[in-house]
Parts: sequence; C-alpha cells; structure tokens
Amino acid sequence: MTAVIVVRGVRPLGGDARDLVLAGGTIAAVTPVGGAEHTGVVAEAAAGCADGTRPAPLVVDATGLVALPGLVDLHTHLREPGREDAETVESGTRSAALGGYTTVFAMANTDPVADTAGVVEQVWRLGQDAGHCDVRPVGAVTRGLAGERLAELGAMASSAAAVRMFSDDGHCVSDALLMRRALEYVKAFDGVIAQHAEEPRLTTGAQMNEGAMAARLGLPGWPAVAEEAIIARDALLTGHVGSRLHICHVSTAGSVELIRWAKAKGWRVTAEVTPHHLLLTEELVASYDPVYKVNPPLRTEADTEALRAGLADGTIDCVATDHAPHASEDKETEWAAARPGMLGLETALSIVIQTMVETGRLDWAGVADRMALAPARIGAVADTPRDTAGFAQVGAPATLTLLDPQARRVIDPLAVASRSSNTPYGGRTLPGAIRATFLRGRPTVLDGKII
Amino acid sequence: MNHLLSTADLKLDDALLVLDTADRMARVADAPVRKLPTLRGRTVVNLFFEDSTRTRTSFEVAAKRLSADVINFSARGSSVSKGESLKDTAQTLEAMGADAVVCRHPASGAPHRLASWVRGSVVNAGDGTHEHPTQALLDAFTIRRRLGRLDGLAVTIVGDVLHSRVARSNVWLLTTLGARVTVVAPPTLVPLGISGWPVEVSYDLDAVLPKTDVVMMLRVQRERMSAAFFPTEREYSRRYGLDADRAALMPEHALVMHPGPMVRGMEIASSVADSPRSTVVEQVANGVSVRMAVLYLLLGGSGAERESS
Repeated sequence: MTAVIVVRGVRPLGGDARDLVLAGGTIAAVTPVGGAEHTGVVAEAAAGCADGTRPAPLVVDATGLVALPGLVDLHTHLREPGREDAETVESGTRSAALGGYTTVFAMANTDPVADTAGVVEQVWRLGQDAGHCDVRPVGAVTRGLAGERLAELGAMASSAAAVRMFSDDGHCVSDALLMRRALEYVKAFDGVIAQHAEEPRLTTGAQMNEGAMAARLGLPGWPAVAEEAIIARDALLTGHVGSRLHICHVSTAGSVELIRWAKAKGWRVTAEVTPHHLLLTEELVASYDPVYKVNPPLRTEADTEALRAGLADGTIDCVATDHAPHASEDKETEWAAARPGMLGLETALSIVIQTMVETGRLDWAGVADRMALAPARIGAVADTPRDTAGFAQVGAPATLTLLDPQARRVIDPLAVASRSSNTPYGGRTLPGAIRATFLRGRPTVLDGKII
Repeated sequence: MNHLLSTADLKLDDALLVLDTADRMARVADAPVRKLPTLRGRTVVNLFFEDSTRTRTSFEVAAKRLSADVINFSARGSSVSKGESLKDTAQTLEAMGADAVVCRHPASGAPHRLASWVRGSVVNAGDGTHEHPTQALLDAFTIRRRLGRLDGLAVTIVGDVLHSRVARSNVWLLTTLGARVTVVAPPTLVPLGISGWPVEVSYDLDAVLPKTDVVMMLRVQRERMSAAFFPTEREYSRRYGLDADRAALMPEHALVMHPGPMVRGMEIASSVADSPRSTVVEQVANGVSVRMAVLYLLLGGSGAERESS
C-alpha cells in the first residue's frame, strides 16, 4: 500500500494551487507548489524507499484540478441483497468512487428489507470487503417497509453498522402516529428519519407529474400536493416532538417553500434534492421512454428553478443521487410497467456543475458543502470536516476527490461501472470529470480509473 | 408518415388526406366486389393486449378489403402471459414479416415504444388513457359526411374526459380541422392540466347544447364510481346524461355521436341513441373506410404495382 501521496498543484475548493501530502490517512502537509519535497514526511518516505522499508511516495500531477472533500451520498440503492442482477455493493460502490464519492448511504428497500441488525451488518460488511468507499446502511423505519410496526431501530443503531438514518424510501410512512413514534424513538441515539414524502391515496396509479403534460399524454398524474402535504405534516410533527427529520428527493417548488418555513421556525428539518430534479423536466416524458420514469416524477421548469434556488440559499441542504439501478427488462418496456428510478452516482457532480456552478449559483466551496459536508453532518459521518474551513488543512482527513472542471465527456450508458445502464444522460455531453478519489489517504480512483 | 400514433402530431394536410382517401375507400364498400388488390402480399398484425372485438374486427375487415394478410395476435393465452415483454413480442412479430402492426394496449405510450423497436408501421388502436386516433378520424369522417364540413363547427364532448383516449384524439384532430371544441364533465373527470388544451370547459351541459352542432357522448366506466369521481350513477345521469329533453335543446341539424359501447339509460337515452340524428351505426361502418385509408397510406401502394416495377 502507498504510504505517502503527493498531490501536486491541486486547487483546494478552486483556490490557489497547492501541493498536498497525504500520509497516515490524513493531510500531512500543505505547501506551495513544488514545496512538498521539502516536507519531512516526503523526505522520510523517500529515505525509507531507498532502503526498501517503505514504498516510494506516489506523485499525482493534479495541475488544474480542483480538490473537494470526498463526496457523501445520503441516498443510494445498492440492490444487494436481493437484486444482484441490477447492482451489487461491489458494483455500486465502484460507481460511487468513480463519481467522486467516499461514503454512500445504502437504502433499506432490499430483499430482504434492511430492517434488522443482521441485514444492515451484512450490507456494511459487503461495503468493507469491496473497499471502494464507506457504505453506511440506512435502516427501515417499519418492518418490511409495510408501514405498520416499527422496525428494531435501536438494534440497528447499536449494530456494527451503527445506523443513524432510517427510511422506508420507496414508501412513505403515511401513518401520522407511526411517524411521530419513529421521530421520537430515534432521539435516543440522535437518529434521523428520512421521509419519502408521498401521500399514497393522492398518488394511486400515478405515472408522472400531474399537469398539462400528463393530461396530454394520458398518464395518471402524481400531484405536487401529495409531496407537500406530507412535508407539512412531518415538519409539524418534528417541531412538536423536537426530533430530526430529513426530506428525501424534494421535487416541487411548494416543497421548497414549506422547508423554508419549517427552518424559519427553528425545527430540525433537512432536505435533499437529486441531480435529475435539478436538470430534467417532465417534457422528456413525451417520448414515453421509461429511462425518464422516476419517483417522485420529473416536474416542471418552474420547479427545477425553485429547487436550484433552494439549494443555492441552503433551504435544501444537500444533493443526493437516488441512484436507482434497474435491470434492462425492468426498463425496456412500456411506461406503466417500467420501474421508476435512474442511475446517478457517476454523473451527479457533472449535473451539479451544469446546473449550479456554470449558472453562477454555487462556487466550489458551495459544492463541497452541498455534496460532502452537509450530507456528512446529516448522516453523522465521521472523518469529514464540519465545514469548508476545516478542509485541506494539516490533520484533516485525507478523504477527497480531484475533479477536472474543464473536461467534457459524452455519457455512454454501456460504459458505466454500475451493473445497470438506466442513465437518462446517454449521449449527452456533461461537464467535469473525476480524476482521482482518496479514502483516508488511499486512492480508490486514479487517472479516472478504479484502483 | 411512417406511423399513426397520435392525432396531436397529425398535420392538417395529412388529416385531410386520410379523410379524402377514406371517401374513396367507402365506395369500395358499395361496389359489387368489395375488395381491392392494393396490399396484396403485405402482412398486417393486429396486436391486441386488451379485449376489443369491435376495433380489432374493424381493422381486420379493412386490411382484408385491401387484400392484405392478417394475423390476429391476442395477448390472452399468448407468450405475454408467460412473461414475454412487449419488446420481445414486437421483435418476434417483425421476424415473421409484419409490414404493419395495429396495437391496442392498456398502457399509454405502448405503441410509441413499439414504433422504436420495429421497422414496420405502427398504428395506435388505442393506448391506455392516451389516444385512439382512428376513432377520432372516423368521427371526423362521419361529421363531414353528415354536415358537409368540419371548419367552424361547434363540437361538445361529454363525460369522462380524464380517462378517455377518444376525447384526447378528438380534441387534437377536430381543432386541427377547424372545429371549436367544448368539453363538459364533472370537475373530477376533467384533467387538471386541461388549461393547455384548445378547448372550452363547462360543467353545465344544458347551457352548452343549444350552441352545439355535434355532441359526442363518452363511455363512463362503472369502476369510476368507487374512486369517488361522482356520487351515484343517478346523479351523473341527471347532470350529464343525454335524454330526450336535453337533446331537444340542440339545433335541428345537430348530431349525436357515441364511440360505443353505450350505457343506455345512464349516458344516453335509448330514444336519443336510436334517433335519426344519432350516427352510432354509421360510425362503425365508417370505421372500416377510415382504417382502410390509414393502412393504404402507411403501406403505400399495391403489391401489383411493386411486382410490375
């Protein structure tokens, strides 16, 4: 294993170029460009190399690259156990590393459902064995995601997987009393309930955003109010019991307004938005191509605009991919029969660059916050600085990603690391490319390739 | 035009071409030998994933009058019930040499997907709650035959617009052809996004009928009641059913249309359905002529012509 890495000429958060020396899992030195060789840690490694006791320092030419903290995804579907044909922990975390991620939260809607300590520990161990990034299992809120009885939240919290986030994602915890109990119960270990906000009676049979496009296409509508009604209710419950609520994949302008209101009240409500809801709109559904079928559905231009504004001003705390791989037989079919969901890990940063950086809404520090620091805070991830000031400092975790902001790449659905190919960006040219990812000083991606 | 998937993307010239061609095809029905050699050697597959004897038979008769070979493929009892996908089915049928696939499917957009997987022409014979373009074409054809024109007519569509593919196809086509369309329904059965449609919306049938040249009644499915779209059949019938008193509000020349099958007594009174102003039976006959025209135009010309060239 490489003991010392010199990252030469990199621009932390887009600032001035620096040499970073990574050693012992942390940033051991930060110097002006060309200065790394003069640091003791490199000299020591080089000396050890000469007598064969240590590996030679690895020098990574990062001229022109931007360094960001390792990205954290609060919302990933790894499909294992149960649908290993669509994705495995191994393939999903390869995708994650290639996308610049160092931690992913694996959603609980597997088969069997991650609703016991045994299943969450299995997923956690599979992540450790794969080694591409840290896997933090999300526990189910209710047994079997059935929305009837609480799962063993405490056992999952005290398991080796140390679960802190719980979600029935894919299903809404629609019973108000059960939701209240869940919010209260996880206070014992500062857990957070991540809600898939969807009032189920209002979305029975729903296939796409309700509105003019659905009316024209003859597809049953998924109204914005079905999301907003649950967010409003859960924000009130959270305020009432003083717990932590996280809203998954916010998709409407009205939801952004409600979250702004809840935060203004001082309630502990956080929220995420997916890259695809920042970029894509319901117009794409006119092709009836199920690659665009996702839950919640793609919305209108006005919604994407409100989501971008909400992410920029911090109303929406972070970006989460909702990476949802599906086997081709579940997607190459008629719209109504297709499963909802799209890939996200390998393209998320590019979409954020396109929608937020190139439009002037976020700088690199902002991207670092929305894609690494804020999700780490929400999911209680150790080894991540609390804020951007703590990044690229001596002693900070050497968990970072290097990005070429000038690169352009054409997405080939068949060339992704995921076992599935349901990316909505096939054939599109996207900005930015991940060149390297480091997890506690160990490269998981170098030269854009998995290590 | 390679496919007929929707009337929303049918241009005025294309629509008029179908109607004019259907006029010529209608003459075949009156001829002593009711058959043309035009599509000899061509294969038309009726791919029906949903029961519809009327529409399937109409397409079958149309194809046979043009001398095409017809394969009827019904989803029931087929490989579909064994888990074969729409894509597999499409490719299998194409491998068998289908020149045109007439597709009826319960999912909106299924014929669009099919069109991306096959080389032959796809005709949408009704997809979910999306469109039923040949129904709209035969309705337009029927109106033009009876009233001599479409431009400037006031057409009122009554009933379950939300779930009706017939209503959607008619709205786009009739507007393209110059008619003014009003939809009348309880608010629960009007799509929320209808403001983008080129139609007037009314909840008051009595107020609209006196200004109507054509009233199209839609079928109301009984299962809608359980989903609280309206309180009772009786209330629906009282507010939106077409009985004799209501029909009398219409101008003398006005037509009554229904795509069938009708729920007599609830949607429409028998005395109205069977009256001279009703076109229900003509619509069925005209359906064959219109479908002949569509197949003729999509498959482009006769086998005899190909053989001689």
